[in-house]
Amino acid sequence: MSSFSDDPDQFRSEVATFIAEKCPQELKVMPANARSICWGGKRFKFSCDEQRIWMENAASVGLTAPRWPVEYGGAGLNRTQEKIFREEMAKARAPSPLESFGLWMLGPALLAFGTHEQKLKYLPDITNGRIRWCQGYSEPGAGSDLASVQTRADDKGDHWVVNGSKIWTSYANHADWIFALVRTDRDAPKHKGISFMLIDMEAQGVTTKPIKLISGASPFCETFFDDVVVPKTDEQGNSRIVGDLNRGWDVAKHLLTHEREMIGGGVSGGAAGVLGGRSLGTFIGSLDETIMQDAVIRSETMELEIDTLAMGMTLERYKDMAKQGGVGHASAMLKYAGTELNKRRYEILMSITGSEGVEWGGEHGTLAPEWLRTKANSIEGGTSEVMLDILSKRVLELPSS
Amino acid sequence: MVASLVPTEDEVMLRDAARGFLQESSPVSAFRANRDAGRAYDPGLWKEMARMGWTGVLLPEDAGGYEMGHRAAGILSEEMGEVLAASPFISTAVMAATALKDAANDRLAGIADGSAIYALAVDEGSKHAPERTGLRAEKSGNAFRLTGRKVFVADGTSASRVLVLARTGGAVGDAQGLTLFDIDADRARLTRTAKRTVDERDHAQLDFDGVEATGDDIVGEVDGGMAAIATALNAGRAALSAELLGVSAGAFGMTTAYLKERKQFGRIIGTFQALQHRAAHLFAEIEITASAIANAGRMMDEDPENADLAISIAKARATKTAKLAVSEGVQMHGGIGMTDEFDMGFFMKRARVGAEWLGDYGYHANRVARARGF
Repeated sequence: MSSFSDDPDQFRSEVATFIAEKCPQELKVMPANARSICWGGKRFKFSCDEQRIWMENAASVGLTAPRWPVEYGGAGLNRTQEKIFREEMAKARAPSPLESFGLWMLGPALLAFGTHEQKLKYLPDITNGRIRWCQGYSEPGAGSDLASVQTRADDKGDHWVVNGSKIWTSYANHADWIFALVRTDRDAPKHKGISFMLIDMEAQGVTTKPIKLISGASPFCETFFDDVVVPKTDEQGNSRIVGDLNRGWDVAKHLLTHEREMIGGGVSGGAAGVLGGRSLGTFIGSLDETIMQDAVIRSETMELEIDTLAMGMTLERYKDMAKQGGVGHASAMLKYAGTELNKRRYEILMSITGSEGVEWGGEHGTLAPEWLRTKANSIEGGTSEVMLDILSKRVLELPSS
Repeated sequence: MVASLVPTEDEVMLRDAARGFLQESSPVSAFRANRDAGRAYDPGLWKEMARMGWTGVLLPEDAGGYEMGHRAAGILSEEMGEVLAASPFISTAVMAATALKDAANDRLAGIADGSAIYALAVDEGSKHAPERTGLRAEKSGNAFRLTGRKVFVADGTSASRVLVLARTGGAVGDAQGLTLFDIDADRARLTRTAKRTVDERDHAQLDFDGVEATGDDIVGEVDGGMAAIATALNAGRAALSAELLGVSAGAFGMTTAYLKERKQFGRIIGTFQALQHRAAHLFAEIEITASAIANAGRMMDEDPENADLAISIAKARATKTAKLAVSEGVQMHGGIGMTDEFDMGFFMKRARVGAEWLGDYGYHANRVARARGF
C-alpha cells in the first residue's frame, strides 16, 4: 500500500508538503544541466550532499519510481496521482530525485517479463539508487539491423560464457550492471536465438572504452566481453535471463517502443517551446535585442515555436492513449518527429546566437555541445529512417517489396 | 480537472455517427454533383444536419440546442472536411451561435432548427484583419447607418442574417471602436454579390450603402465589437482547423489507398521507400496537428477567454498540414491527380481557401509570437 492518500486533493497536499519539506531548497534553484542529474549507482559522485539527501528521501517513500508497486520499491501511485506528483514537482521546481536506465528501461522490462523473485531482487536496488544499469544492445555490425547481434553466450552447464562487443552503451563506464542482448542459439533464425541477459560489470573480462563524440562529451562506450562467466542462476536461484531463453527479442522490442516514446518525448522541448523554457540570455552573453526582428530568423523561430508546442500536446495525447491501451507502432512517430524537431530547434538557436553560439567552453559555451548532441537524437534508439519504415509498414500497412 | 486529449466515449460515438451519416448522405461525389449544378451547398443536407442536432451543437438546451461543446463541434467539422461536405455549419452553428450566446432564445432557436443561416462579415482586404475594419456605422438619431464593403464573406449569398463588424469609433487598425451588428441579410441598401472561389463554396462581397441598423441590432456593447466577436472568431478558427484536419485525412486516405493499388515498373508503387517515407512523414504531421486541434477544442470548452494561443497553434498547424497533404496527394497520384475528373483537386482547392479564411499561417504565427513573448 502506498503511504499516500487515495483522495486526489488530499494526495496533492501530502505530496506538496513532502516536496516542500524533503527536497532541499538548494536543488530547487540549481540550474538544470548535465551535473544536476542524479544517476545513482555505486560509483556515482553526487554533485552536492543535497542531491543525495533528496534521492534518499524520495526513495524512502518510493517516489523515485512513482508508478511501480510498493513491494518493488515504488510508490504505487495511480495515473492521476502520478500526474499530480509531476505537477507539484514542477510547481516547486524540484529536480527529478533519480534518473537511470534502470528506471527507464530495465524496470519496465522486468515488470513486464520478469518473475516475482527477479523483481524483488533487482527493482528496489534501482529505486533507491544503489545500482546503476546500462543497456547493451547495438554492436559494430548490428545498428539499425539490431536483430543481427553477434555477441554470444555459450552454454557451459551451470553458467554462460559471453564473448563479443557492444557499442553505444550509454554510460557503461559508470554502470554497475548491464542488460544485454546476447545470442544463445546460433542456429535459430536471427530473431529467435537472442536472450536478454543481466551481467555484472565487475565480472572478470568486462571492459569499457568511452567514445568521444563531436559534442566533446563521451556519453557512449564500447563494451567488450572476453570470456565473461555469467552464472545461470544467482544464490537465490534467480535466472540471469529475463523472459524466456531465446525470446529476448520480445523483451527488446517492448523496450525499444518504450525507449522511442522516451527519446521522442524527452528531447523535443514540448510545452516549454522552442527555447525549452529558458531565456535567450541563457545561451548568449550580449543578446542583440533586434535579432528577433530579422525576418528570416523570426519566421523560422515562430514556425518552430508552433511545432514545438504542438509536439508537446502530442506527447500529452499519446501518453493518455498509451494509458488507455497503447499506441503500438505509432510510438515510432514520436521518436521520429520529436528528434527531428529537436535538431531543428537547435539549428535555430545556433542561428539566433550567431558567433557567440559557436564558442567552445566558457560561460556561454554550453550551447554548441548541446547542438552537436542533438545530431545523435535521430540515430540512437533507431534512426529516423527506421522509424519511417516502421510507420509505413506497420501503421500505414504499405506493402513490402 | 483538465480533460484528456483522447476522445471520450461520447465523442467517439458522435464521430462514428457523423461519419456514417456523411458517407451515406454526403460523399465527395455529392460535392461534385453540387459543384456541377452550380450549387454551393445542399439545403436538404443542411436540414438533415439540423434534424440531427448538429446546428445546436453549441446552443443551450433552452434554445433547442445540445450544448455538446467545441470539441464536439470540431469532430463534426473534421468529419465534414474529410468528405468535403459543404454547409454553413461553421458560420452559423459555430460562429454565430457563439457570438449570440447571450441573445434571446427565439433568435438562437432559428439557428438550432436550421431555419436561420448566418454569415460573418468581417474582412475588407485580401488578408484576415478584424481590427482593420473601416466600414463605418454612423449614428443618426437613435439609429446607425452602415457604409462600406466587406469581402470574402463565407456563406454570404445564402445567409438569411449577417453579423457585420463596423467602426463606430477610433481609426482603422484599432481594436477599440468596433461594434457588432446582427442584421437581416435582405435589409435595404445592402447588396450581396456572389464571388466564385476555387473551392466552389458560397462566398460573397457585401456592399453597405447607408444600411440602417438600430440599437436592438447591436450584439454586445457599442464600441465593444471586438469583445463580442473575438470568442466567436476563435470558435470558428477551431472548427475550421478541424475541418482542415479532415481535409488532410481525406486526401491522405485516398493517397495511401492509391499507393497500395497502383502498379508501375511491375511493382505496387507503395513498395518504393521514397514514397513510403513521405507518406509516413505526412502521417506524423497529421498526428501532431490532430493534437493541436484536440487541444484547441479543449481550451474553447474550458477557458475560452484564454484560448488565443491554442487556437492559433491549431490554425497554423492545420493550414500547413493540409497544404502538405493535398500537395503530396496530387504528386503521388501522378497525372490523374491533376485531372478535374479525379477528386483530389477538390481537396487542394478547399485547403487553399481554408488556409486564408479566419487568418492565414502568418496571422496566427504572429499571434503565437505575441502570446509567447517573442
